[in-house]
Amino acid sequence: MAEFEPQIIAFCCNWCTYAAADLAGTSRVHYPPNVKIVRVMCSGMVNPIYVLKAFESGADGVLVAGCNLVDCYYLDGPVKCDAMFAILKKLVHILGLEDERLRREMISASEGVVFARVVEEMVEGLKKLGPAPFKVKKGAVV
Amino acid sequence: MEGRRIGVYVCHCGLNIAGTVDVEEVAKYAATLPSVVVSRDYHYMCSDPGQALIKDDIKECGINRVVVASCSPRMHELTFRNACQDGGLNPYLLEHTNIREHCSWVHEDKAAATEKAKALVRAAVKRVYYHEPLEVKEAPVNPNVLVVGGGIAGMQAALDIANGEHQVYLVEREPSIGGHMIQLDRTFPTLDCSECILTPKMAEVGHHPFIELLAYSEVEEVSGSIGQFKVKVRKKARYIDESKCVGCGVCEEKCPWKVPSEFEMGLAMRKAIYIPFAQAIPNVVTIDKDLCVYIQSGGKKCGACIKFCEANAVTPETLLNQSDQIVELEVGSIIVATGYDQFDPSVVPQYGYKKYDNVLTGLEFERITCAAGPTGGKILLKDGTEPENVAIIHCVGSRDQNYHEYCSRVCCMYGLKYAYLIKELTGADVYEFYIDMRCFGEGFEEFYKRISEEGIKFIRGKVAKVTDVAITEEEKGKLIVVAEDTLLGSMVRVPVDMVILCAALESRSDADKVASLFGLNRRADGFFLARHVKLDPVATPTDGIFIAGCCEAPRDIPDTVAQAEAAAAKALSLISKGKITLEAAVATVDEAQCQGCGRCEEICTFHAPKVISKNGVMVSTINETLCKGCGACAVACPTGAISIRHFTQEEILAQVGALIEV
Repeated sequence: MAEFEPQIIAFCCNWCTYAAADLAGTSRVHYPPNVKIVRVMCSGMVNPIYVLKAFESGADGVLVAGCNLVDCYYLDGPVKCDAMFAILKKLVHILGLEDERLRREMISASEGVVFARVVEEMVEGLKKLGPAPFKVKKGAVV
Repeated sequence: MEGRRIGVYVCHCGLNIAGTVDVEEVAKYAATLPSVVVSRDYHYMCSDPGQALIKDDIKECGINRVVVASCSPRMHELTFRNACQDGGLNPYLLEHTNIREHCSWVHEDKAAATEKAKALVRAAVKRVYYHEPLEVKEAPVNPNVLVVGGGIAGMQAALDIANGEHQVYLVEREPSIGGHMIQLDRTFPTLDCSECILTPKMAEVGHHPFIELLAYSEVEEVSGSIGQFKVKVRKKARYIDESKCVGCGVCEEKCPWKVPSEFEMGLAMRKAIYIPFAQAIPNVVTIDKDLCVYIQSGGKKCGACIKFCEANAVTPETLLNQSDQIVELEVGSIIVATGYDQFDPSVVPQYGYKKYDNVLTGLEFERITCAAGPTGGKILLKDGTEPENVAIIHCVGSRDQNYHEYCSRVCCMYGLKYAYLIKELTGADVYEFYIDMRCFGEGFEEFYKRISEEGIKFIRGKVAKVTDVAITEEEKGKLIVVAEDTLLGSMVRVPVDMVILCAALESRSDADKVASLFGLNRRADGFFLARHVKLDPVATPTDGIFIAGCCEAPRDIPDTVAQAEAAAAKALSLISKGKITLEAAVATVDEAQCQGCGRCEEICTFHAPKVISKNGVMVSTINETLCKGCGACAVACPTGAISIRHFTQEEILAQVGALIEV
């Protein structure tokens, strides 16, 4: 059987983490293809519903990443994101998902390498955890 | 959602994408997705022929939604939006997905990269389905500018704009413009006289046909937004007729009531009716209401100024009946240049400030060396004698975890300037107690070298205390500076006659009030936060409001002038365009769902939402000029009434739901 390849959805703010991922690209810093990025304008824009939807549609892990507190384009987006994330963590816990499946990072536009490292770490961790319990198998009757 | 006709364009980017992603396969796959009517791949989508594919398909195939899979939207989203617009399609009907930076450049396995590219395209197709045309709105810009603060930063900014023949209102809360710079004696490293270089500028500001100077005034209220600010300024009563006062100073001479002068840092007295310093602009007297016996006694006592004023500028009428005026201004942009406060060293008790007579701050010493100052430019101790030895203590309140962690940037250099002046004027021995010498500007290092060669003693170490407790005969009657010389690794005790404390520059004590007035944010160190510390250093979170000078961070005069000119350029570019383009992807309220709870008002950093009464129902409305589209309100809204255009829940959920194929 082929090795389990976890699926990760990353919500990245346009100004910092999305740009960091761009920088990883222009610097040709390789990381596993398991991550797919959704561009949001601000990490504070990430509604908990989006993260739940990601898990519902088959993600094994979700990353919410944006600016550092000091360089947020909207000044205090990370604070708002953190407040949302605290609630989200509880929700995910109630749903029975492991804490490691949900990760919050602040990655500035200059940290392409950090972005790549975070993805690698998540992929490694999720491989050990195995598939998320919500993953619907192809053809399964729900 | 009938009638969606989606065109998908997958870019090879030469081999940048096609080297790792099977671009043709991605395009073929996209053609199978619902609502996709055209799917193409092309070598360089950003080239003119590439863009022409989109434009032609809009016309010939009737596509009404476009997906481009190529490089980062941060690079070419605008290019393809423009292509859509040129083809006759609303630019917001484009979804740009990144299969280069986020895919081909970071993955090696071609099959995996191709699968990922397909997933990204699939999600983009799902998302673009929900895109709606957005209207890019414009608003006019009022060409008048308000400058707050009449120090060197504010004056420079005002002059730059006024020289472009645009109306400037310059508000200064003190009776005269000039700021801290007019208090300085000489400026480092050139040692040119501060007054001599500043007073011509002050006069120019005072006489400029395009500058309306509102001195002795304070901004009370700011409303509106970029392009259309409404400002209320309180013009404080001077209790004289400004139009008649010629600044002859006779009243000041005759006035019997004295208090320590603010301008002279309390080292000299001023009268109840006063001009703060000889070259004040405007050159008119101001009456200190609390000190004026005539005003306080309701006209029963004194009145010396009335008797001696030949110009009839001071009369019982002006003294008893004048009151503050509120001036209303309309401006398109605002430059905040409110300067700094000097750190009060009396909170560091070990330095003995205010305990020992001859422990001075930098600004006090500036007044002492100034020819127009309280000692006529002579460096004298409180007892009127010249000091034989002087200690200059650097980093008082700066680079100190107990007070301010930052470096105040100017103290090393003015400390060196003092050493030079003391040596030159008195021949006294000078000791500089420093942590590090930071002489980074133009001519600074050279100045440091020059001073070092003049017999100044540099002691590297933080001063532990200043005391008058002598332990040797030599120390008797002296102030003893106790410090660790970190280069020798031993404690030193240096007896001196005078100690000068290079006190930190800190944010104004009322910076919080100013911040809330203008919608500014403060950093942890108290100074105002720039929009981007490196790439947008004079803009602020509030569009149309700029900052310059030491209210943003401690800096020297050349840097302040440069920053003021930058702020003026920002204001001028707004004026020159004459209109502003408003962000289209902003918040919008579904009034039927809104309960008017006000959560959006609380969470918004930019004060864009406001709950108002509409036909007796409380609902939120968004000021689109203020909204930046960050989306915080949409997350906070308990009823889901708020959504962000172009980033609606529908759009994002559709995208997220399509990223992983199960």
